[in-house]
Amino acid sequence: MKFFKNLKFILSILLLINLTSTKTMATEECFEGVSRSIFKFNMAFDDVILEPLARGYNKLPEPIKNGTSNFTSNISILLSIPNSLLQGNISQVGHSAGSFLINSTVGILGILNPAEKIGLKPHKEDVGQTLGTYGVGTGCYLVLPILGPSTARDSIGLLADTFIDPFAHVTIRENQLFGISGSDLDYYSVKGTTVIDFRADNDKNFSSLEKNSIDLYSSLKSIYLQDRENKVKNSIGDENEWGNLDN
Amino acid sequence: MKRIGVYLISILFFFQSNLLAYSSNPKDFVNELVNDAISKLADKNFNKEEKAEFIEKIALENVDINALGLYTLGELRKSSSKEDILNYQKSFEKYFLKSLTSRLTDYSSSNFGITGEDKKSANYTIVNSMISPNDGGPKIKIDWRVYTKNPEKPLIRDLIVEGLSLARTQKEEFASILSSNNNDIKILITKLDEFSKK
Repeated sequence: MKFFKNLKFILSILLLINLTSTKTMATEECFEGVSRSIFKFNMAFDDVILEPLARGYNKLPEPIKNGTSNFTSNISILLSIPNSLLQGNISQVGHSAGSFLINSTVGILGILNPAEKIGLKPHKEDVGQTLGTYGVGTGCYLVLPILGPSTARDSIGLLADTFIDPFAHVTIRENQLFGISGSDLDYYSVKGTTVIDFRADNDKNFSSLEKNSIDLYSSLKSIYLQDRENKVKNSIGDENEWGNLDN
Repeated sequence: MKRIGVYLISILFFFQSNLLAYSSNPKDFVNELVNDAISKLADKNFNKEEKAEFIEKIALENVDINALGLYTLGELRKSSSKEDILNYQKSFEKYFLKSLTSRLTDYSSSNFGITGEDKKSANYTIVNSMISPNDGGPKIKIDWRVYTKNPEKPLIRDLIVEGLSLARTQKEEFASILSSNNNDIKILITKLDEFSKK
């Protein structure tokens, strides 16, 4: 019953995105004032919690950091399998499933990454990207508390991810898959570690961006939107704009 | 004696300018420029000020700062007065050099290699490269948008780091500042000047 209630909610918002996507570009804000306030809160959260954790994490020995990074990446590949399938990208389904199987077994629960050595290159795919490949527009831009930059489409995608991610099914949805189950704590621990690992990897870049931006909010918005656009389209557009410069 | 002095000064200038002259082929141009920069920035005999001076020098010679400034201004470049554009470009150059030196003077050594090139038009070639930090960090893919209208003197117009265009990021940052200030170019100029004076 709860599932159908959530599904109804998702579908109504999807409809809303579809209705607005032709008119609303991602560069347009859903509610800039609110997003900027949330951004300030997120920055404070980063200063007090995330950055110190990331800097502590960066002091760990390289093998531990690599192992942790491989472990969380391996779990996140589970979400890519159904999404690659939904995108009709069979080759990527093979790369993702193969990588997960090899790394979870030969790679000792994903701590090592032997799949990379044999040429498997899984892309990270989520529902936001899948919707993008279906032609659903990004909708407007917004900032989510703690989770950071997003768009209307990607926010819905984020919620939908928990319905199709096998890892979410065996943890927060309390289902069993091949006799395996986990708890909410497992899910949020892995997601939290993924965030710390990402923040630690980008610590220098983030400090440099913070130091060199006149408007950090807009810089991060641009970086987020470019990254999502590249992930959906695999291109680095704006060729016309450069061409017009000489006219 | 005077002649010898002039001769020596000329030689000095000749070598100085030769140091900054790179190949006209886009791929070789980027390769020579970046390897030169890497060797200077990793050299412990240079202090921070000397490194900053070097970065400014090669940026002024090899980056199309004026065009980059116009690009980042977006559509406003068409509707602004000549005087405003000139003031903006002066402020943008200072801002760009300050931001660049701040990013690069703390540089740690890396290996650099060209991986390919893609000629987009007579005016643009994208040179693909890869940087592998010596500290074992992940490899970084960097594409260089090289402006080749003058085939003898290629210029860099953009860097695309892992698919993220630095010029586009800058343009969107400026667009946000402009849109929240009634598209007033003078406010943007003031903000750029404030940053350069920091």
